[in-house]
Amino acid sequence: MSTTVVRVKQKQIAQLIAKGKRLDGRGLNDYREIKVEQGIIERAEGSARVLLGKTEVMVGVKIETGEPFPDTPNEGVLTVNAELVPLASPTFEPGPPDENSIELARVVDRGIRESKAIETEKLCITPGKKVFVIFVDIYVLNHDGNLIDASALAALAALLNTKMFNYEIEEGEIKIKPGYTALPVRKHPIAVTFAKINDRLVVDPWLEEEQIMDARLTITTDDDGNICAVQKGGSGYFTQKQVFEAAQIAKEKAAEIRKKLGW
Amino acid sequence: MSQKTEKLIDKKGLRLDGRKPDELRPIKIEVGVLSNADGSAYIEQGKNKILAAVYGPKELHPKHMALPDRMVLRCRYHMAPFSVQERKSPAPSRREIELSKVIREAIEPAVFVEYYPRTAIDVFIEVLQADGSTRCTSITAASLALADAGIPMRDLVAACSAGKIEDTIVLDLMDVEDKVGTADVPVAYMPNLGVITLLQMDGILTIEEFEKAVNLAIEGCKKIYAMQKEALKAKYISVKEVEE
Amino acid sequence: MPTFFERRQLVTPGDLLAEGDYVAGENTFKEDDKIYATRVGLVDYEDKKVNVVALRAFYIPRVGDTVIGTVVDVGFSGWTVDINSPYFALLRASDVLNRPFKPQKNDLTEVLDVGDLVVAKIVSYDRTHNPQLSVNEPGLGKITRGQIVKVTPTKIPRVIGKKGSMISMIKQETGCHIILGHNGLILITGKSLEDEELAMMAIHKIEEESHTTGLTDRIFQMIKREKEKREVVKNESKD
Repeated sequence: MSTTVVRVKQKQIAQLIAKGKRLDGRGLNDYREIKVEQGIIERAEGSARVLLGKTEVMVGVKIETGEPFPDTPNEGVLTVNAELVPLASPTFEPGPPDENSIELARVVDRGIRESKAIETEKLCITPGKKVFVIFVDIYVLNHDGNLIDASALAALAALLNTKMFNYEIEEGEIKIKPGYTALPVRKHPIAVTFAKINDRLVVDPWLEEEQIMDARLTITTDDDGNICAVQKGGSGYFTQKQVFEAAQIAKEKAAEIRKKLGW
Repeated sequence: MSQKTEKLIDKKGLRLDGRKPDELRPIKIEVGVLSNADGSAYIEQGKNKILAAVYGPKELHPKHMALPDRMVLRCRYHMAPFSVQERKSPAPSRREIELSKVIREAIEPAVFVEYYPRTAIDVFIEVLQADGSTRCTSITAASLALADAGIPMRDLVAACSAGKIEDTIVLDLMDVEDKVGTADVPVAYMPNLGVITLLQMDGILTIEEFEKAVNLAIEGCKKIYAMQKEALKAKYISVKEVEE
Repeated sequence: MPTFFERRQLVTPGDLLAEGDYVAGENTFKEDDKIYATRVGLVDYEDKKVNVVALRAFYIPRVGDTVIGTVVDVGFSGWTVDINSPYFALLRASDVLNRPFKPQKNDLTEVLDVGDLVVAKIVSYDRTHNPQLSVNEPGLGKITRGQIVKVTPTKIPRVIGKKGSMISMIKQETGCHIILGHNGLILITGKSLEDEELAMMAIHKIEEESHTTGLTDRIFQMIKREKEKREVVKNESKD
């Protein structure tokens, strides 16, 4: 099945956008329908599934113990990985992570890490020796555009769903006690991605818009409206004016999404 | 956060290397330094030592990877094992893979890719010594290597970072400032069209601080752009002077 | 309608050369009424046309050009030739062999093998296929002796000079036969190795100083000085 957008449709999409409309009826700044489900994988310490239009991403959080990083000996460790699972799109090939899945993981990671969403200071078991290691694995199950926003939402939802086992230290060993504690999450960073098509910015591009865009810009903001991650992608460019407009819109859209999800 | 509470900016408002907040590190540029590559450039920016080389355009094999109506641009950003404090494994890290992608996307808008269908250009960037904002220095070097290879370009691409350290927005971050500071904003800019081809940020900034940082980085890019032009002309001008 | 540089000034990619009713010539592009340089070179304003003579460029094939290339592959119906361009060129067997052609690889390697040098003409080329070569003219074909010099292709006109003045002078002063490939390769065949080296020296100097004036004279002087030096050495060794 070809994934190239037919030229006639390309023109259609672009002409509509010039008039401030999109092929699926949305406004330029509108998101598709967002559905979030949490706790779907019982084997994982935390999990979530997000549907953003038809884009589907699942995230599982696993918690292990391990050594802290040398420059943060009293803090837990966060590691984010993403897989563009071959069944999600005819363009995804099996194999080791390529530049797209690595970029996706790193952008989602930055949003969570820089906003200090997870209270990593509370994840220390034995200072300098043992801490909790949080593995966030992003699993893209269907690609219909805007994997970054969907993955960031799913990752956050999964973290909010994550429970850590209770423990105590007995003779230098970790002993598991009954009961669970929620992972301490204090912020809700939301990534908002724009596509630039014929010099207009559209929020939450779907697959065909992504295929014809010249460039994309992702801006992640936290609950206080601060920017904690920015990533320009694609081989096009933006003017300063477009970047600053996008930042304002991203802040508003993120607040809307938080409100809608009750975060 | 780092255990050392070393001040990044002292009472006189100077940074650890004596610079003012809006000052660039000293930059040295040389174009055409490798005899085998079709184009090359070497840049020293503070303690950064970066070499960029371009091979191509050349026919792309395997043929199915070629594009029928344009050129393919491939980019590899790589750090030498001895370039950083703790030896880095030569295998490409996730960071190098991401940087290879964003660097390619930063220089591609400058190249007339439609001119040479079915060909490829390889851009190789080797970081010989790293001290912060290496992706910016790399883009500046790669852009010169492309021009040195005679590849038709819309404009040169200049790149520079800005960031926030201890409540001050500063230009051209060194490694310690990036690690200990609150935000890092690398920017690549094509001054003719006035457009941004690379933009990333990690850290925390208000929208106003972000705007300030981006604007400051662009001022840095413009200064670096002027140096790029001088470097490209340098070897031709010296011959001209001999004759006069 | 302003222009922003003087003739023969050095420009770099992105330099704004002119604004207004101008035509974008070689190594320039026009956007919104403004003309910019796309390569490092010397700008030239010719009436309404703005050109840049590139100092760094690679060769793009043109129909009618004479080129010098190296055979890099032998196929069933012809040879693949490296003409120092982003695209390989093809030389059909039917062009070279004047008899009915039977597709057997042995035949072809006996005529031209990998590593052989040829002088050929480009007979067809466009964006959709690789350039095709022909050797069906006098003076074209396999190269069996001489030295090859490589220069940036855009400097070939400089090596030729105004109305051929530079190249005729070099041929005369060095006594060498010189074939100029538009792809930047030059074949020099002289009576002795020294003569050939003299011609090569001259061409290298042209490459380095192509953007300066009074070059023909300086090259002439340089060749004269070298010949005198060699006379002195010869005479000394006789004593």
